[in-house]
Amino acid sequence: MRRVLTTIAAMLCVSVTQADEVNIYSAREENLIKPILDIYSKETGVTINLVTGGADELIQRLSLEAANSPADLLLTVDVGRLYRAKEAGVLQAVNSAILDAEIPEKYRDSEGYWYALSLRSRVIVYDKERVNPSELSTYAGLADPKWKNKVCVRSSSNIYNQSMVASMVSHNGVEATQEWAEGLVANFARSPQGGDREQVTAIAAGQCQVALINTYYLAGLLNSSIPADRANGEAVAVFWPDQNGNGAHINISGAAVTKAAKNKDAAVKLMEFLVSDEAQHWYAETNNEFPIRADVESSDLLKSWGDFKADDISLDQLGIHNAEAVRLMDRAGWK
Amino acid sequence: MSQLTAVTSEAPRGALSSLRTRLSGRGLTLGILALSVLLSVPIITVFSSVFGDSEGVWTHLYSTVLADYVTQSALLMVGVGFCVLVLGIGPAWLVTMTRFPGSRLLEWALVLPLAMPAYIIAYTYTGMLDVGGPLQSWIRATFEVRFGDYWFPQIRSIGGAITMLSLVLYPYVYLLTRTAFIEQSVCVLEVSRTLGATPLKAFTRVALPLARPAIMAALSLVLMETLADYGTVQYFGVSTFTTGIYRTWFGLGSPIAAAQLAAVLMVFILGLVLAEHWSRSKARYHHTSNKYTRLPRIELHGWKRVGAMLFCFFPVVFGFLIPFIQLSLWAMDTWELLDRSNFLGLFGNSLKLASITAVIALFLSLFITYSKRLRPGLFLRSVVRVLGLGYAIPGTVVAVGVLIPFAWFDNTLDAWMREHFDISTGLLFSGTLVAVVFAYLVRFLPVSMNTLDAGLGKIKPTMDDVGRSLGLKPLQILRRVHIPVMKGSLMTASLLVFVDVLKELPATLILRPFNFNTLAIRTYELANQERLAEASSTALMIVLAGIIPVVILSQTISKSRPGYEPSTRTQ
Repeated sequence: MRRVLTTIAAMLCVSVTQADEVNIYSAREENLIKPILDIYSKETGVTINLVTGGADELIQRLSLEAANSPADLLLTVDVGRLYRAKEAGVLQAVNSAILDAEIPEKYRDSEGYWYALSLRSRVIVYDKERVNPSELSTYAGLADPKWKNKVCVRSSSNIYNQSMVASMVSHNGVEATQEWAEGLVANFARSPQGGDREQVTAIAAGQCQVALINTYYLAGLLNSSIPADRANGEAVAVFWPDQNGNGAHINISGAAVTKAAKNKDAAVKLMEFLVSDEAQHWYAETNNEFPIRADVESSDLLKSWGDFKADDISLDQLGIHNAEAVRLMDRAGWK
Repeated sequence: MSQLTAVTSEAPRGALSSLRTRLSGRGLTLGILALSVLLSVPIITVFSSVFGDSEGVWTHLYSTVLADYVTQSALLMVGVGFCVLVLGIGPAWLVTMTRFPGSRLLEWALVLPLAMPAYIIAYTYTGMLDVGGPLQSWIRATFEVRFGDYWFPQIRSIGGAITMLSLVLYPYVYLLTRTAFIEQSVCVLEVSRTLGATPLKAFTRVALPLARPAIMAALSLVLMETLADYGTVQYFGVSTFTTGIYRTWFGLGSPIAAAQLAAVLMVFILGLVLAEHWSRSKARYHHTSNKYTRLPRIELHGWKRVGAMLFCFFPVVFGFLIPFIQLSLWAMDTWELLDRSNFLGLFGNSLKLASITAVIALFLSLFITYSKRLRPGLFLRSVVRVLGLGYAIPGTVVAVGVLIPFAWFDNTLDAWMREHFDISTGLLFSGTLVAVVFAYLVRFLPVSMNTLDAGLGKIKPTMDDVGRSLGLKPLQILRRVHIPVMKGSLMTASLLVFVDVLKELPATLILRPFNFNTLAIRTYELANQERLAEASSTALMIVLAGIIPVVILSQTISKSRPGYEPSTRTQ
């Protein structure tokens, strides 16, 4: 009995400490980040330890573990969460000539608390057969009654919707945004459900005609090995909204060094690697995201959607207005 | 007849009280008590939030979404509760007491859906039945209609959620009820028959009331699991308390209001449990006879036979077979794409966590429930009640409830050691598997406790007295008298925990150490990227890992009947 207990205890308490290492809390799923981290490990010999999970939960874990947290780097796939982490006091500012040079100012925190690594846009996709793109113009236009029973979008619990609505709150104020949200809800073809890919599927099946999705989801469908996925992706086309106004809504995936970081220098070096040519290409080719650097070419598929004007709102705003965005979507009945 | 249906007797208190004095002050009891208190810390952490200031979030919730949360959660509970009773009790009785083609197979096959995580069955059926799925695409192509021109049930709806949850949760009712039926003495049934009851009446008026503690234990587990479910309802876009908790916490940025929502949920569950308890009043459900002969199995004929077959095969086909086949097809389609390098590692990690937790939970809940039997004091009873709530709390809330005390302990110890010895101990337990297993115990201990409580409750107190009069100590009574009699309950308890851990996601995700993954995590990460087909291989492995103990268990339950003789089975 005692031996069993000792073995169990030994199996449970495994702690890893090594000289040259970076410990990462990542909100980006393992299969979307580990390949590039493995490349870095191979090139430099630095050991990388990874825990993945929801961004909010990881931030909670960071703040409870406080100064003793083993994490050096936090990776997220939404700027709202980076803002939240900064507010929660779990990050520290870093200085890096490389990061400052490679990452445009609007895609990093003004005080150096977080840096973007890749870009994604939330766009309108439409049924190629039944929708004439000339009918489309802006996000606001989707609230027009002519789209009644034609709009699909996922739940407002999703952070991408929250960040998008937060940007609208920042641009147009709460009242106008709520009015828009009410109009949009009135146009829903179905109660919000599923993820972004499934909005595309719903268009392909004829349940709706337009949807709001992040760009890389469509790319994922088009690059899929499953024929049905590709067919669904082929049924829609990308429309860049607000090109005569604020520009298409942009969000980022990004990284930040934690306050408790014990390997700060190694963590910054890794961030610098993630904005290198090699890593930026990888983001575009593998994850179908737009490179953060203007001088790195994105993939052929992304280029095929054409150039677009991106909203250059200060990304902090998406975090600042998050709670207000959720409240107004609650009030508008956006489930 | 009415005397018979309620085979009730007061526990002889005098005899037990002498045991209580013997056991009082024993280190073991104190240890169990201390551990129980420790395990209730995360739950109490949630409760303590009630006094926090939510800064107007409740006003917002009340005026917008709260009514939705309440009605949807209530609908879900009523729907799932009703369905699992029908799907669980009927087949349990039929396969235990009757014979029809396939009944031997069904004895264990009926448990299989237990191995299917609710979110995975939801993904699978959505993939098949949703608007873009093969079935509806086929309808559109064959009849040349567009969406909206034909009627098709909406899978992603409250009805869909009730169906999915019922299909995978009914095995709790089936397992516990069947165990109860098997452990019942056939004498009471025979007596009822000699008094002129039809087999159906013997079932409804004798066997069913006698199995009530087991049924209620199972039903409360199902309802708690239903309330704590996040994956399915979130995917189906159904706004329940759980999705509300997440939204309030992260979307509205109010952890306090979120914890208060969770507390409301727990009070509600507590109310249900207490109501059931009081309604039993003074009734006890011990077996008063020790005569166990072979169960008289009725051979079914004609339409009864067909009806029984349909009734019993239905949940297996829809809860297991169809999703299993669909997952296998997807897995074959995507096999080439998969990173299979660490499949074995994932499999090993999942099994390791599940078996360690199952063993610890079994011992803990055995000692806790036995202590409660010996010393049913108010304090112990309250601790057990509080511990019993863990199952109703969403995994993320439990995980943070575990993080808080663990991080506090580690950081306080670290600060103290630095101050006095200039040594940094860092984080001792946070971010280790100890924290993960601890969270599992908080969450799943109610499963094994409920099961064992029901099992132990069926043993007459006079058994303790007899053992005592033969000079056995309480622990010896437990080992030599109770454990052999309740072997079925013990197996059921450990299997349920084992399978629950295999399927568990949110707590593992938040609390695990670096570079540690399980099958459930891998499945979730792929499914979360809406790559359902690619997620199917690991999903399938969760199911397979769960099936093995399920089959072993069903064999053991069949044999667990006192008086079971192998020869009677091979006729």
